Amino acid sequence: MDAAAKKENAIEIHNLVVSFGSHRVLTDVDMQVRCGETTVILGGSGCGKSTLLRHIIGLRKPQGGRILVKNRDITTMDEDQMSTLLRKVGVVFQSSALFNSLTIGDNVALPLREHTRLEESTIQIMTRIKLDMVGLSGFEHYMPSELSGGMKKRAAFARAISMDPEILFCDEPSAGLDPIVAAGLDELIFKLKKALKMTIVVVTHEMESMYKIADRVVMLHEGKVIFSGPPEEFRVCEHPRVRQFVERRADHYGEDEIGRYARALTSES
Amino acid sequence: MDDTDSKRQGLAALFFGSIGRRAAGFVEQLAFLYRLILDSLYWTFIAPLRGKGLRVGSSFDEMVKIGVNAIPIVVLISFSIGMILAMQSAYQLEQFGATIFTADLVAVAHTRELGPLMTAIIIAGRSGSGIAAEIGTMKVGEEIEALQSMGFNPVKFLVVPKLLALAIMGPCLTVIGDLVGIGGGVFMAVFSLDLGFERYVTRTIYALIFKDLVTGLIKSLVFALLVGITGCYMGFTVKGGAEGVGRNTTMSVVVSIFLIILADAFFTALFYYLW
Ligand SMILES: Nc1ncnc2c1ncn2[C@@H]1O[C@H](COP(=O)(O)OP(=O)(O)O)[C@@H](O)[C@H]1O
Ligand SMILES: [Mg+2]
Repeated sequence: MDAAAKKENAIEIHNLVVSFGSHRVLTDVDMQVRCGETTVILGGSGCGKSTLLRHIIGLRKPQGGRILVKNRDITTMDEDQMSTLLRKVGVVFQSSALFNSLTIGDNVALPLREHTRLEESTIQIMTRIKLDMVGLSGFEHYMPSELSGGMKKRAAFARAISMDPEILFCDEPSAGLDPIVAAGLDELIFKLKKALKMTIVVVTHEMESMYKIADRVVMLHEGKVIFSGPPEEFRVCEHPRVRQFVERRADHYGEDEIGRYARALTSES
Repeated sequence: MDDTDSKRQGLAALFFGSIGRRAAGFVEQLAFLYRLILDSLYWTFIAPLRGKGLRVGSSFDEMVKIGVNAIPIVVLISFSIGMILAMQSAYQLEQFGATIFTADLVAVAHTRELGPLMTAIIIAGRSGSGIAAEIGTMKVGEEIEALQSMGFNPVKFLVVPKLLALAIMGPCLTVIGDLVGIGGGVFMAVFSLDLGFERYVTRTIYALIFKDLVTGLIKSLVFALLVGITGCYMGFTVKGGAEGVGRNTTMSVVVSIFLIILADAFFTALFYYLW
């Protein structure tokens, strides 16, 4: 194999099984995320992308399988070990998840204040630098409720990178945002990877954004990984579900019923 | 097998299935409550000794929110209750020409029972609901998960400061309520019952014994913690968006008041028979 294969894996997932009660969401997930690369996890709504992310950052324990982050199995870690590991991880949640009772500046400064013994003046400077990086300079004193959706997302990025993490997770960064703002966020992810050499995992279902940022693509379907590889291969992959995703074709449900209903309506009149 | 038979079987499955699910859900909720209480104890008493810190700053913030800011309403309600109590007592005691014992009644009833109870109900309405709403909103907005993803423990961050503040401010507010309530009695005694300020106050001091005060304060501590645990539990168990937050906030007040009354009955009986 080539040089890329020799790269170390930041995350390895083996035979991951996750269920909620009797509802099995992930049946058998195997995937790797390589250090310094941007991996995009694709999949339809409700196929378990956010659930997968939650397990990688240890918010829930899986029903089976192993998750190695930086070669250490997080499924057997206790809370202290997990807490230490998480200092090197940043997460941008689907709904931004800024602390609504704190200003933007305090949101970004919180991890620094709690996890480091830096001087307050240093923390202020670092906070300002992170906000500059996401294009929110001068917004330190705003409350989250005073920002637009796109600005909240960017503030969430600033908070996620405040501790200079080695791995950054983003759950649907551009969901619910207009195309210009969404493109801006893709740009931001690209810059973060280039400038800070972060390993980045992005969950999305937007193909355009995927082509722009991805080094590798992992596609989830029905609780399994059905494709894993570089984006060029994804484009030509023959798997029917992948083709459907690439060509943006709908599932066929409800059409017969709609047709029948329409015919019934017209025949009645 | 005919149609009604299979239908009956289906219904049976549905019925017992739903009972089973409910039982499982109930056990799950109890387990969660148990964990919440254990974690709270751990992060209050054990973790600080192991150098994991206690959030003193936010505890003080909570003490202001839960305690200091509640003083006006506690004063207002306790004063009114004191006046009401004085009038009601005087109405009965007049018949025996023993109106001066109004002082005893107001003082004892307020310190032993009404002070802790009314203060706890105010705390439940003001802070218990606030706690449930705050934590519930954070749950719905993924803020709790965001905390966890930064390596923070939500119990240490959110629950312990609130419980500490409640444990301290519950009894403090009750003391204020007791004093103001007795003040309400004094007010009525002087301006309406013609008992005379000095006579009434002397009588009050004579009637009040240490035990009454202490049992009242023990109750108030328990009530405040019940409100806190209920509020936090209702917050963390919010399901389904803003509507769920509203539902659990209301529930937190109803359940808190119910638990307060239960605990009141229990402790009153305990003190009555044992002390
Ligand atoms: N806390 C939960 N309890 C029960 N089911 C859940 C929970 N979280 C997610 N699910 C279920 O898991 C599936 C995947 O959800 P999710 O990971 O949010 O999907 P995605 O992010 O891909 O849109 C959904 O069917 C959802 O109903
Ligand atoms: Mg999702």
